[in-house]
Amino acid sequence: MNEWLDPLLLSRWQFGLTTVYHFLFVPLTIGLALTVAIFQTAWVRTDKAKWLQLTHFFGKLFLINFAMGVVTGIVQEFQFGMNWSTYSRFVGDVFGAPLAFEGITAFFLEATFIGLWIFGWDKLPKGLHLATIWLTVVGSIASAYFILAANAFMQNPIAFRINEERGRAELTDIGTLLTNPISLASFPHTIFACFMVSAGLIISVAAFHLYRKQHVDTMRPALKFGLWMMVISGALTTLFGDSLSLAMVKAQPMKMAAAEAMYHTASGANASFSLFTLGTPDGVSELFSVRIPYLLSFLSTHTLDGTVEGINNLQDQYTTLYGPGDYTPMIWVTYWAFRWMIGLGIAHILVAVVGLWLTRKGRSPKATWIWKVAIWSFPFSLAAMSVGWIFTEMGRQPWLVFGLLKTQDGVSPNVTGLTILISLIAFTLVYGVLAVVEFRLITRAVRKGPEDAPVPDPETGVTPQRVTVY
Amino acid sequence: MELNILWFWIIAVMFIGYFILDGFDFGVGMSLPFLGKDDTDRRVLINSIGPVWDLNETWVIVAGASLFAAFPEWYATMFSGFYLALLVILLALIVRGVSFEYRHQRPESEWKKWFDGMIVVGSAIPALLWGVAFANVVQGVQLDAGHNYTGTFFDLLNPYALLGGVTTLLLFFTHGVVFVSLKTDGDIRVRARKLATQAGLVTIVVAASFLLWTVLAFGSLFTAVFAAAAAVALIGSFLLNLRGSEGWAFTLMAATIGLAVLTLFASLFPDVMPASNDAANSLTIDNASSTPYTLQVMTWTAVIAAPVIFLYQGWTYWVLRKRVSRSNIEAAAL
Repeated sequence: MNEWLDPLLLSRWQFGLTTVYHFLFVPLTIGLALTVAIFQTAWVRTDKAKWLQLTHFFGKLFLINFAMGVVTGIVQEFQFGMNWSTYSRFVGDVFGAPLAFEGITAFFLEATFIGLWIFGWDKLPKGLHLATIWLTVVGSIASAYFILAANAFMQNPIAFRINEERGRAELTDIGTLLTNPISLASFPHTIFACFMVSAGLIISVAAFHLYRKQHVDTMRPALKFGLWMMVISGALTTLFGDSLSLAMVKAQPMKMAAAEAMYHTASGANASFSLFTLGTPDGVSELFSVRIPYLLSFLSTHTLDGTVEGINNLQDQYTTLYGPGDYTPMIWVTYWAFRWMIGLGIAHILVAVVGLWLTRKGRSPKATWIWKVAIWSFPFSLAAMSVGWIFTEMGRQPWLVFGLLKTQDGVSPNVTGLTILISLIAFTLVYGVLAVVEFRLITRAVRKGPEDAPVPDPETGVTPQRVTVY
Repeated sequence: MELNILWFWIIAVMFIGYFILDGFDFGVGMSLPFLGKDDTDRRVLINSIGPVWDLNETWVIVAGASLFAAFPEWYATMFSGFYLALLVILLALIVRGVSFEYRHQRPESEWKKWFDGMIVVGSAIPALLWGVAFANVVQGVQLDAGHNYTGTFFDLLNPYALLGGVTTLLLFFTHGVVFVSLKTDGDIRVRARKLATQAGLVTIVVAASFLLWTVLAFGSLFTAVFAAAAAVALIGSFLLNLRGSEGWAFTLMAATIGLAVLTLFASLFPDVMPASNDAANSLTIDNASSTPYTLQVMTWTAVIAAPVIFLYQGWTYWVLRKRVSRSNIEAAAL
């Protein structure tokens, strides 16, 4: 058969495409829900118009983005069965439970209260209406927990036994499954990264308006808020990223070795972290690199004289353990994705720290380029998020469930390459068009800026209630 | 009762919830060309479901995930077997969902027309295809010994399944139009009642034939009771709509959909996906379900969560109980 019609390759491309795309909207949904909830709380407590204006303004951006997150999320759930039916049969008993919990406890909560929040301005008392956005926040964060617990099982399978007769993994302990060391670290790491993305959006939008000296009353506090949110969530993302790499070295040493493109086991000063490398395309020989000694040892073990296993040694171990085969992920992907994730993440924290300094005590930078850097915060923070996911999922290869099931063995046996090609093209087209529409709507709403606060009627003294209508 | 039997019925309840709730917003979506004379009318229609379509659609996510967790084999066989049909449903749900949100973002009528069209198509396709899919499950499909579907996409488009599809399409359409009469005010409410009568007649004929076929070909006495009850509820809804009892007409329409889905699940029992080529390859409640431990964990979650979910979703509908009329839309446009 033509290699372009390989169901495995096409299914992987489709899953990758739809997942990365879905995850452009999810971090904003999670991060902006919290942001809007904080703005609205500030309004309820202080009654200052600027907080209400910010609530409505970022609420609008949140909603444009929210629908996309919902509808692309259904695709994710259906795809396990559609494209990966062998995988679904194998892990359903274990992996299905957190997905079902996610739906029953988190999605219902999120979907119900977001509707009430949008349409409830004139129907609910102030405090109760505020509660609806906080319940949306709780739902969105809880759903992240369950999905990361499910994902952690693929990275570090625990709490199961293999039933040879049925040919499947079976759940033995739900508590252990939901407290996988990987998800305990990846959950806060991902959540705070979501807040970074949202902070990136706020900084971009506020900088856009402040640079043009418009909407200063609202955008100045928004900028300060965004900068602080970036610094705090950036620090926490880094902290939990560190815990995640420790857990990862234990569960998937190959992923860490691949992140560093380190072929030989090294310890102490030799376990160095390369900032930049030029090498042959396969990464096997190195032509030039800038390295920080000891850093990899520290990242992997929290000691300076730790030993970090290399790709070659691990490959040998795995061949003995799992039989002949290639157990190495695509090194250039993991190596560069890991660097871009860390690099962009740190760059954002620095931008935010410098931004706080430059805007201290009512100051405002004059230089155009400073504002431009701030305006680019959002796309780059989103990019950091994407490469982080690409790293964690590509670093898991060739395994679908580490040590138990290879990606090549999880695909649906009865779905032809042509069928998957059709769906891949269909998703690409529809997602592509929607990306353009979405981008335009968001930029349009951003340019328009916040609306004026409602003023009380001069005769009755009553401030008109906001009414949402589609 | 064994837990997997319990979960078979819980899955049925989840799909009943999905079809009753998303069913009426599919119906409202499909009714745009019939009831939406101008932009304000169309906005009245869209706003009647605006706050709840997302919550309604979440039922399919929950049903799908629960199917995956409770019956992994069923989920894997059905979703990989009905690949193209589900792809079309997914694409329809995507364009429909974003259309609600995008439509009102720009004032140009060209822009709105586009999204109106996508709401109509995006509502009609799932309404039709869910019926086709479930009718095929009841009828049985070709499965190999590994429970993989071996037929083609076109095998799914057989007469019984197509009749099932038209049945859900019409049921959801009528259900949606009755919902409009319950949820709006003014001229559009009157026109919705009239349309519900016309659509109701066709729906009664088609749904009765489908239910009869189901009972005769795949059913038992048990199934016949559900099917008969569904037919009675449907006719009752029709008569109550004629009398102008909108709330009761809607309630009985919901009951019709619930009973029709129960008819299908009762016909399946104790299979979950019969193999039409060789009964030995059939998926049953026993060979498709998860372990008792997983089902036990899920049961606890469901038992604790269900009352809370019913409470807050019910409360949401109560908060949003006011009818939508042209004056609401016009007032907001100022």
